[in-house]
Amino acid sequence: MDNFITSLLGENILTFVLVTVPVIAFVAVFALYAVLGERKISAWMQNRVGPNRVGKGGVLQTIIDGLKLIQKEFVSPIRADKYIFNLAPIIVFTAAFMGFAVIPFSSIFIGADLNLGLFYFFAITSLGVIGLMIAGWSSNNKYSLYGAVRSVSQIVSYEIPTALAAIPVVMLAGSLSMQTIIHEQAGGILNWYIFGGPGAISKLILFPFMLTSAVILFISTLAETNRTPFDIVEADSEIVAGVHIEYSGMKFAMFFFAEYAQMFAVAAIVSTLFLGGWQSPFGDLIPFLNNPWIQFGWAISKGLLLVFVQIWLRWTLPRLRVDQLMTVCWKFLIPITLIDLFIIGLYAVL
Amino acid sequence: MPELTTILFYIFAFITVGFAIIVVSTKNVMYSAVSLFMSLFGIAALFLLLRADFLALTQVMVYIGGILVLLIFGIMLTTKITDAEIKTNNLSYIPAAFFTTGIFVILIFVLYTTKWNQKTPIQNEETISQIGKALLSSYVLPFEIASIVLLVALVGAIMFSRKK
Amino acid sequence: MVELNYYLGLSSILFAIGVIGVLVRRNAIIIFMSIELMFNSINLSLISFSSFLGDVTGQILVFFIIAVAAAEAAIGLAIIIALFRNKGTVNIDEINILKW
Repeated sequence: MDNFITSLLGENILTFVLVTVPVIAFVAVFALYAVLGERKISAWMQNRVGPNRVGKGGVLQTIIDGLKLIQKEFVSPIRADKYIFNLAPIIVFTAAFMGFAVIPFSSIFIGADLNLGLFYFFAITSLGVIGLMIAGWSSNNKYSLYGAVRSVSQIVSYEIPTALAAIPVVMLAGSLSMQTIIHEQAGGILNWYIFGGPGAISKLILFPFMLTSAVILFISTLAETNRTPFDIVEADSEIVAGVHIEYSGMKFAMFFFAEYAQMFAVAAIVSTLFLGGWQSPFGDLIPFLNNPWIQFGWAISKGLLLVFVQIWLRWTLPRLRVDQLMTVCWKFLIPITLIDLFIIGLYAVL
Repeated sequence: MPELTTILFYIFAFITVGFAIIVVSTKNVMYSAVSLFMSLFGIAALFLLLRADFLALTQVMVYIGGILVLLIFGIMLTTKITDAEIKTNNLSYIPAAFFTTGIFVILIFVLYTTKWNQKTPIQNEETISQIGKALLSSYVLPFEIASIVLLVALVGAIMFSRKK
Repeated sequence: MVELNYYLGLSSILFAIGVIGVLVRRNAIIIFMSIELMFNSINLSLISFSSFLGDVTGQILVFFIIAVAAAEAAIGLAIIIALFRNKGTVNIDEINILKW
């Protein structure tokens, strides 16, 4: 176990439960402040002020919003299928949080360093789509159903470029374990896989291909979390809010939390695979910055940087049409990732 | 106090069988699909107890993330949303009961009379590297054929579901 | 200690449930789900053999079964949807054009 809690207290069920506490606390705090951050950043980009009434500069805004949502009555439509309607947000929420089990925060902290960490992440995130589908079906509303059908076609299609863009890193690192992948990228910013990984020759040859893989991974994970420009699932101006229409109060808050948790999860995956995860960009030049406790800072700040890019894209780009979405996936992303995969595989074999 | 793995086995076995019964008995197709979700999850957990981690995740990814999504999609396309729906089972309770009991008795008989060849205890080792090596050495031909089967299925499914 | 027989017993119970589903239910999609249950019971028994023998061959067989099951799901659902489009139903008692 490379986990400071289990190494302090030994391996038993209690410590395995304790390991989850900081992760869940972090995700909860992150989700609260990412909502605020998104509103502030969008306000900044649109030359507005944004939330500024509750607390100093609006810092308590999302807490107040959360309290409001908790107090609301549990409403479900009269013709909705009650059991499935209530089950759906739980599935979406659980799927979004289960992914955090394999996200490395530091060399001494990861929920579970599985041999199959990356595969686990992709398998678990594919569960969320079931929750969205049954949410759309059980609401008994035609816009919800449209949203559900769109979510399936989108998420299932974009799983393919996501996996294909991640495989080059797995081939170069020779492992699916998140910690091993990060350890392979030790020694400063130039050894990160986005620049071709360790080794001078591999940098020269692989840099363009790894860069395209990284960009494609980022784009397709953006599509998997249903963020703009890929938010046709909840496109407000076409299908009102897709699967979220009939949900209110705490059930809606669960969808909302799940979305923000997933934003950070995919950002952390991109940063683990291509940006060195918790590795310091200065490598051995400043040994102090490789301290295991400072690595938390690197992992989280890289994640937050990518989350910022996601928010930035949302407030810059317009939404794609459904046919454009499929064109991007099947005619551009998949062929490009296949070529990348072929060339990097050839390099890895030779 | 029984071992933890024993307790987990009974919990997951109960989940799997209980939801499997709901799959075949409920009148609402969507409830069947959601129960199948739970049942498949239970089986994935049992795979983990048997230390087949790679296949447990493949199960989650292919069955739950793929096949079940297709099934729910099929349900959405073939039933009206507001339907009370489905005339169920107008025949064959008694023959079905005989047939199933027959199969079940034969299976249990075989199971308890055969002397299974086994090594204990189960080793706790990495399965993925072994599976990978076996797939690309002894089983490389079936592996390639499986990919062709998938390609043919893909083309076939598109042909079927296209409008004339 | 959970023994091999427990897993095999569980697998045969699941198989029997799948058989009941195929024989009793009339909705094509539920029959399809019952077939998936039977697939899974077979996978479970293969993996328990593989695990108690300490040999990965059983797991490789399961890998192929899962691949074929995915192909089968795609084709089967395409057929069900094509049937629905032509006949307006997925009740297999009404899909009897081959029966005299």
